[in-house]
Amino acid sequence: MALQPTDTKNPDYFHKVVDCQWACPAHTPVPEYIREIAAGNYTDAYMINWRSNVFPGILGRTCDRPCEPACRRGRVEEEPVAICRLKRVAADNKDDIRARLPSAPARRNGKKIACVGAGPASLTVARDLAPLGYEIHVYDGEKQSAGMIRSQIPRFRLPESVIDEEVGYITAIGNIELRLGRRIESLKALLAEDYDAIFVGSGAPRGRDLDIPGRKEAAKRIHIGIDWLSNVSFGHIHHIGKRVIVLGGGNTAMDCCRTARRLGGEDVKVIVRSGFEEMKASPWEKEDAMHEGIPILNYLVPKAFTHANGKLTGVTFERVAAVYDDKGRRALKPTGEPDEHYECDDVLVAVGQENAFPWIERDIGLAFDKWDMPQVDPVTFQSTNPKVFFGGDAAFGPKNIIWAVAHGHDAAISIDKFVHGQSVADRPPPMVTLVSQKMGIHEWAYDNDISADLRYKVPLVDKDVALKDVRTEVELGFDKKLGYAEAQRCLNCDVQTVFSAPLCIECDACVDICPMDCITFTENGEEEDLRARLNAPAQNKTQALYVSDALKTGRIMAKDEDVCLHCGLCAERCPTGAWDMQRFTLDITHADHRCQTR
Amino acid sequence: MTYIAKPKFRHPDLEPNARGFTRRDYEGKVSTLCAGCGHDSISAAIIQAVYELDLEPHRIAKMSGIGCSSKTPDYFLGASHGFNSVHGRMPSVLTGANLANRDLIYMGVSGDGDSASIGLGQFAHSIRRGVNMVYIVENNGVYGLTKGQFSATSDKGSKSKRGVVNHDAPIDMVGLALQLGATYVARSFSGDKAQLVPLIKGAILHHGAAFIDCISPCVAFNNHDGSTKSYDYVREHNEAVNRLDVITGRAPIKLDQEPGTLALVQQHDGSTLRLRKIHADYDPGDRLEAMSYLAQRAAEGEIVTGLLYVDPEAQDHHDYLGTVATPLNQLQSEDLIPSASALDKINESLR
Repeated sequence: MALQPTDTKNPDYFHKVVDCQWACPAHTPVPEYIREIAAGNYTDAYMINWRSNVFPGILGRTCDRPCEPACRRGRVEEEPVAICRLKRVAADNKDDIRARLPSAPARRNGKKIACVGAGPASLTVARDLAPLGYEIHVYDGEKQSAGMIRSQIPRFRLPESVIDEEVGYITAIGNIELRLGRRIESLKALLAEDYDAIFVGSGAPRGRDLDIPGRKEAAKRIHIGIDWLSNVSFGHIHHIGKRVIVLGGGNTAMDCCRTARRLGGEDVKVIVRSGFEEMKASPWEKEDAMHEGIPILNYLVPKAFTHANGKLTGVTFERVAAVYDDKGRRALKPTGEPDEHYECDDVLVAVGQENAFPWIERDIGLAFDKWDMPQVDPVTFQSTNPKVFFGGDAAFGPKNIIWAVAHGHDAAISIDKFVHGQSVADRPPPMVTLVSQKMGIHEWAYDNDISADLRYKVPLVDKDVALKDVRTEVELGFDKKLGYAEAQRCLNCDVQTVFSAPLCIECDACVDICPMDCITFTENGEEEDLRARLNAPAQNKTQALYVSDALKTGRIMAKDEDVCLHCGLCAERCPTGAWDMQRFTLDITHADHRCQTR
Repeated sequence: MTYIAKPKFRHPDLEPNARGFTRRDYEGKVSTLCAGCGHDSISAAIIQAVYELDLEPHRIAKMSGIGCSSKTPDYFLGASHGFNSVHGRMPSVLTGANLANRDLIYMGVSGDGDSASIGLGQFAHSIRRGVNMVYIVENNGVYGLTKGQFSATSDKGSKSKRGVVNHDAPIDMVGLALQLGATYVARSFSGDKAQLVPLIKGAILHHGAAFIDCISPCVAFNNHDGSTKSYDYVREHNEAVNRLDVITGRAPIKLDQEPGTLALVQQHDGSTLRLRKIHADYDPGDRLEAMSYLAQRAAEGEIVTGLLYVDPEAQDHHDYLGTVATPLNQLQSEDLIPSASALDKINESLR
């Protein structure tokens, strides 16, 4: 069957073209704020971020950046735009933003919300609800706010001042009371208080242990990674042995090894079971660790902790190799080579973390699934006890800050609806606008000249200086000049190529000028067939084909969105205005917009 | 015109040809013609044809005169030789260049004003002499650069953008080319690259005077109702007699068409023109028939397109004149200055 014309009225169609925004769990309008950075409007860029992701300064240093692997630039040349670090440019260079922040209304709405945990998910809920007149109590067992942001992310990656600043913007709204140092030991008891709804954002606080021989005997020098990191963050631990082995291949392992290097570890190694490529850690975190002289050894499965006289002496490993079965599933099979022993003074175990809900009673109408996780609706974040909502790592296991923020926004919408007796399943649609960027015959309201620059590296503090103090921030961040140059690499994918079939005279001008051969005029057909016979076959099936109505000759216009540079040349060369460049804005509706008409 | 340069980025799957060039490598500057100009499509077709033929840019010389069409050599084959001559004199300059160096491929790009008015004489003689070239007339039937007066190829009875009716009889460039002895004659339409690209390839490979009349709508001044050179009018009245595929090299050719619907024409250089016939009776090897057929169809208001005539055994002016094969700039003094004994020989013969 021939393809139907693309329904560009569906907000998802153009949203998907903005790969970064689509990939961001909080749907941050990335190109929009990058343009503000290029224009030197750092404050505006910051506020765009603040609205979407609440913690621009924190995320600009620590985000797991799902946007970057999605970035179209990475398909056009080698590397994506450094979106994450541009966010930091906005945070570093902004003016005082306090006047632009919302504040709680003088009259409260009479509803009280408890948030369990003072991490990113709870703080997002508080930020979204406080301006609506809610009274919000945020509980945390620790004496300080921000949850894992403060406890697990090392100071050399994220200075405390940035955390204090951005948590401060939230508490300054008003009606938010941080009840720190008060661990909730019973949900039942909390439910018995007069809260209208409870949000659980208590994270995934339990680090997985490694139960192999020698664990008990050598316990004194074997540490659980996330606990050790938080002890370092809170100033309880200042030193580690000279020789350190970090077990595990995720981002926590990378934080552990780099922290160890700063606390006296001279010979620090990361040893992982899997292959180097399959490690869970983000590529840039591995790169940063190796830059600090930390080798990563792979295909070694820990077998036993060795010890003498109650003191850890090292770890024995079995060497394995990846073997694939017929279905392509991987198994790690011992190679039969002799076991390898690595000596060390300390071991940091960073092999994963888990949720823990010993404080949630099982007789309060809150159902748990077979993995002993609470049953949470993936859209509304409501549990089976309608008054209790979950978000962040507490909802679906360990993810990262940006996911916690996205969960927080959605849970806040649900809570707001729930306490007002509305259906939580009824979600507000996003606000979508398309505005032509045409200023003159060949002038556009955006900079359509495509920069050919390759990705800029973020300048670092000299390694010798960085490794001396765990509190010295290792990344200097882009300065304004580098930030501008990097911002210019953005392709402005939110400035959409919008086609109007009735205006087209099929002159081929757009086809001839398109640098990426995105546009084809041809007979309609089935998608597979059509993809194969475009001027440049559309091999990337994750990217849409933009298909027009039938034109005068009976043909259709088919545009492969995959590698479009959004340079606007199709629209510049179009004699009839059948192509136009239109800026797409998608405003994800948050709870704080419930009462507003826009 | 467009202010930004066309980005250097290209589709990651763009294939290089046998010379290692992608199609993008054959581009020129960004066009300064009006948006939607048919000439830009012809430039793109030339780029495509040269890319597909694996030609090296430095083996091609682009020649032109004056006019919108004659500006276009700046917008394709940026790495080739080029010469922008005075109005209507391109055919003469091309003839001279060809005489001096027959190793290059000559591409004359002209328009209806440049070739049918001021340069009609030059055009006629370059065709008549059988200069080995591709002569493309980008024919929009209007003087675009001077805001839309009728040109010599405007059809009688057609209307200008302001509603004025043309009373002068048109010059049919294809009819002239046939009469003057062009050995490869085609007509095409800028809006149909599937037809145009192979016709340009065939013309480049042809040994002799190859002429292509390419209807190319002027979006600014000749794309209205009442025009006979508008996108809509040409699409409605286009009568293609055949579809051409150009097959280079001497690879065996498979016939996958019903007998009688396919004609194979072997050219001098070993390339094969594979013609899928649309009009079964049309024989592109018969010049007289072609002339009468074109006249008949033109009287019916049809625009006949396709490969209209080809003489695969054609010769060029070098063959007629017996000129030296070596380009003049490569001739050494010993070739150019006869020795004393040669002079003696000549003198002796005159005694």
